Amino acid sequence: MAKLLEVSNLKTQFFTQDGIVHAVNGISYQVDQGETLAIVGESGSGKSVGVMSLIRLIPEPPGKIVDGQVMFDGQDLLKLSENELRSVRGNRIAMIFQDPMTSLNPVLTIGRQITEALELHLNMGREESRKRAIELLELVGIPGAASRLDDYPHQFSGGMRQRVMIAMGLSCDPQLLIADEPTTALDVTIQAQIVDLVERLKKELGMAIIWITHDLGVVAGMADRVIVMYSGFVVEEAAVDELYAQPRHPYTLGLLRSIPRLDLGRQKRLIPIDGLPPDLLDPPSHCPFAPRCVFNIEKCWQENPTLVTVGTDHKSACWVDISNVEIYDPSADQQNVEAL
Amino acid sequence: MSETTMSQTTQAGGTGAPESILSVRNLKMHFPITKGVIIQRQVGSIKAVDGLNFDLLRGETLGLVGESGCGKSTTGRAILQLYKPTDGSVLFEGKELTEIGSNDLRRMRRRMQMIFQDPYASLNPRMTVGSIVGEPLEVHNIGAGRKERQERVQELLKIVGLNPYFINRYPHEFSGGQRQRIGVARALAVNPSFIVCDEPISALDVSIQAQVINLLEDLQQELGLTYLFIAHDLSVVRHISDRIAVMYLGKIVELADRDELYANPQHPYTQALLSAVPIPDPEIEKKRQRIILEGDVPSPANPPKGCNFNTRCPRVMDICRQSDPEFKDDGNGHHVACFLYE
Ligand SMILES: Nc1ncnc2c1ncn2[C@@H]1O[C@H](COP(=O)(O)OP(=O)(O)OP(=O)(O)O)[C@@H](O)[C@H]1O
Ligand SMILES: Nc1ncnc2c1ncn2[C@@H]1O[C@H](COP(=O)(O)OP(=O)(O)OP(=O)(O)O)[C@@H](O)[C@H]1O
Ligand code: SF4
Ligand code: SF4
Ligand SMILES: [Mg+2]
Ligand SMILES: [Mg+2]
Repeated sequence: MAKLLEVSNLKTQFFTQDGIVHAVNGISYQVDQGETLAIVGESGSGKSVGVMSLIRLIPEPPGKIVDGQVMFDGQDLLKLSENELRSVRGNRIAMIFQDPMTSLNPVLTIGRQITEALELHLNMGREESRKRAIELLELVGIPGAASRLDDYPHQFSGGMRQRVMIAMGLSCDPQLLIADEPTTALDVTIQAQIVDLVERLKKELGMAIIWITHDLGVVAGMADRVIVMYSGFVVEEAAVDELYAQPRHPYTLGLLRSIPRLDLGRQKRLIPIDGLPPDLLDPPSHCPFAPRCVFNIEKCWQENPTLVTVGTDHKSACWVDISNVEIYDPSADQQNVEAL
Repeated sequence: MSETTMSQTTQAGGTGAPESILSVRNLKMHFPITKGVIIQRQVGSIKAVDGLNFDLLRGETLGLVGESGCGKSTTGRAILQLYKPTDGSVLFEGKELTEIGSNDLRRMRRRMQMIFQDPYASLNPRMTVGSIVGEPLEVHNIGAGRKERQERVQELLKIVGLNPYFINRYPHEFSGGQRQRIGVARALAVNPSFIVCDEPISALDVSIQAQVINLLEDLQQELGLTYLFIAHDLSVVRHISDRIAVMYLGKIVELADRDELYANPQHPYTQALLSAVPIPDPEIEKKRQRIILEGDVPSPANPPKGCNFNTRCPRVMDICRQSDPEFKDDGNGHHVACFLYE
């Protein structure tokens, strides 16, 4: 499939009073047209900073993109002028943020927030943009859309607000939708509604998606490919089936092991990842996962492994081959949950 | 719930059968909605908890699950008398909590504690770890002097897997998982027999959650604790609970043994909740047929007439809009409130 986005060696840092925060440390990946890429990883591992850097939404100062290239449809976004970039943002690339309440304006009606974007980016008139806003709200499943246009955000539930955000994100038919933990604050039943909606829209509209989440369950259901971040690095990248069938990085394996699974026998005991994530103010020169890694060898404390190909459509940054390690404890009592 | 089954569990004990530590009957917590600035008058009420019936056996974990706003935290608080219940009875270790005086209640508070949802907001940022964990000891006058209390605090920190030397540090110097451990140490300080764990891991990073779950399980084993474990994650609840209660809009709609609930969910809401849980396996996810619930949870200020799930239920019938289904036992401890099973 045709390449839509290619990120190379992206590095973003924050220059704070306490020192330099090494938030994103030279990450590279690509997204094809119509593809869903999921980004997972520990809190603070650079997922949000990484995608916000793509469209230069990093507060500068203290933040700075210190290196890298972001090729989108043949243009390097990091080299565009602020004006040129504005026509890409919200237009060809749309972004949905984690908390819909902070990104919707509380004193503007829902309808006005959508029509404003349409008037700005697509030069629509009042009438036309209002009609389109109703269509968009219907598309994302807001019942009685026409009558809810004049409501304010606080009159909508959390799930409805998130659907409005998606409607706004879709308003200009983007080629790429970036969603930063769009369902984390929502209940599972509402999350299922949103995931279902995005899947349907993706099929209908053919856009590519970058979906950030910490929920490995959601990823399994909707991603084509996954990248795993730790401490500002991409530590693993693989096609979704491959990643779950045979994780090659100990952090990914640790994550899969530490969550209880409804479809498998109940484990007697969860296997946690011990210890804490590293301090980004003082990043180590060795493998950043070494202090928490049960597989570590001497070399891990000497040199940080780079991301290398370990299989078809599969990359990992690790000195040790863990491909023979069982993911789940075979001694768990087997009881299948039929109702899933 | 029928009275006969409840009294069976309540009167058990003595003969080796597990004894009931807590009996909740018809528990209601309604918050008034008031209008007017100078003269406040009540114009309605939020039925946050609306008639709960269940028992907890000593040493077991009862999981309480349901969507945001369904009344889980309010249930925990009303049991511990942090709110004064609007109606109903809470019998804890033989004492009727809704009727005892404040002195007795304070004494009972040593036996029951709560661990809170948000490890960031629930610890006073200006107090050291030592004074946070030691405060309940002082309040309840446990331990002879400062030194003895300090030793007890250090012991508690060790129990929850924190370095006892951390005693003079402040909460901001700790990670989320460590802060939650501080909250656990504080709850354990007074030797409780019963702890309400209100979403103790929801605010934590995935890789840290398992650490806290294992800690809670170990402590239960060692100290014989009884837990009411509140969560919205059905996979976590299955891992930690012996029995599970599913709550919707202020009511328990289903309650059963863990394995029974997951193998044989009866209530349409439980079935939908289970089907919405994402499974970290792409092959399973591709094949799954989800029950997608329409719409949102109605407001507890204005719950629908009849079965309160009828606005979203995929199997709704006429009768569901007219009357309220009874919470019934199938004879084996599997309780459900739904007309499909009447
Ligand atoms: N404005 C800022 N000033 C200083 N440091 C920052 C700033 N914004 C982010 N950081 C730091 O950059 C690192 C990466 O943050 P980022 O928000 O990308 O994490 P994340 O992976 O999205 O985490 P989460 O899952 O919690 O959202 C963190 O250590 C964070 O503290
Ligand atoms: N002190 C209060 N005054 C008025 N209403 C309240 C009060 N506390 C809770 N409520 C309302 O009662 C209902 C139940 O709230 P509760 O906090 O018990 O829900 P919950 O199930 O714990 O939700 P969550 O999963 O979001 O924590 C909600 O509608 C809430 O707004
Ligand atoms: S390089 Fe070594 S320490 Fe790092 S993840 Fe691999 S085995 Fe673990
Ligand atoms: S009583 Fe009726 S509306 Fe309620 S859950 Fe059962 S079938 Fe659905
Ligand atoms: Mg983030
Ligand atoms: Mg709560």
